Amino acid sequence: MFVLVREPIDIQALTRSLVGSEDGAVAVFEGVVRNNSRGKRVLYLEYHAYETMALKKLEEVGTMARERFDIHGIGILHRLGRLEHSECSIAIVVTAAHRGPAFEACRFAIDTLKKIVPIWKKEFYEDGAVWIQGGN
Amino acid sequence: MSIKVLFFASLADLTGMRETEVDSRAHTSVASIYTKFARDFPRLEEHRASLLYAVNSEFVQPDSPVHDGDEVAFFPPVSGG
Repeated sequence: MFVLVREPIDIQALTRSLVGSEDGAVAVFEGVVRNNSRGKRVLYLEYHAYETMALKKLEEVGTMARERFDIHGIGILHRLGRLEHSECSIAIVVTAAHRGPAFEACRFAIDTLKKIVPIWKKEFYEDGAVWIQGGN
Repeated sequence: MSIKVLFFASLADLTGMRETEVDSRAHTSVASIYTKFARDFPRLEEHRASLLYAVNSEFVQPDSPVHDGDEVAFFPPVSGG
């Protein structure tokens, strides 16, 4: 499941959709909105996407993870629009027989997403807003 | 004979456009389309060094050819996650 959503992300539903009886491990990465960035107080964020390409690239991230690691399932939900502090912007769920590949694939997926999926974050401050360019 | 052109993030703010069209007969590469818009919006040149190019939702090099009916997108390095 690779989806862009505008409502709060339901990680448990994503997990339920992926876990099978042969799984022994579920690794979850959740990205949340921080209240500061580069020394500035962040009021809120907006995420914008090139949606058709972003969905295609999310699926590619999943395919690459399956090719590289011994996992069973992977799903990625990315939220778009305005997000407040501590809200979840992204959830990646990986299921596998064992924890090692699950953790590794989850790390690979978020690192790769930050390079190739066309989604951008705009940070809003008390004195303006800035598009963030490039990952960190 | 047109190519759809998309701008995202800071480039959409800079041009005031998210989507427009160009005549496919006037362009041989994605970079030549960007150059056309950079004449109208000189600050686009500031982004050229880090610019990412896509044709029909796939990353391409600046010298990649363009054809009638293509969807060309210009955007800065991504920052999702």
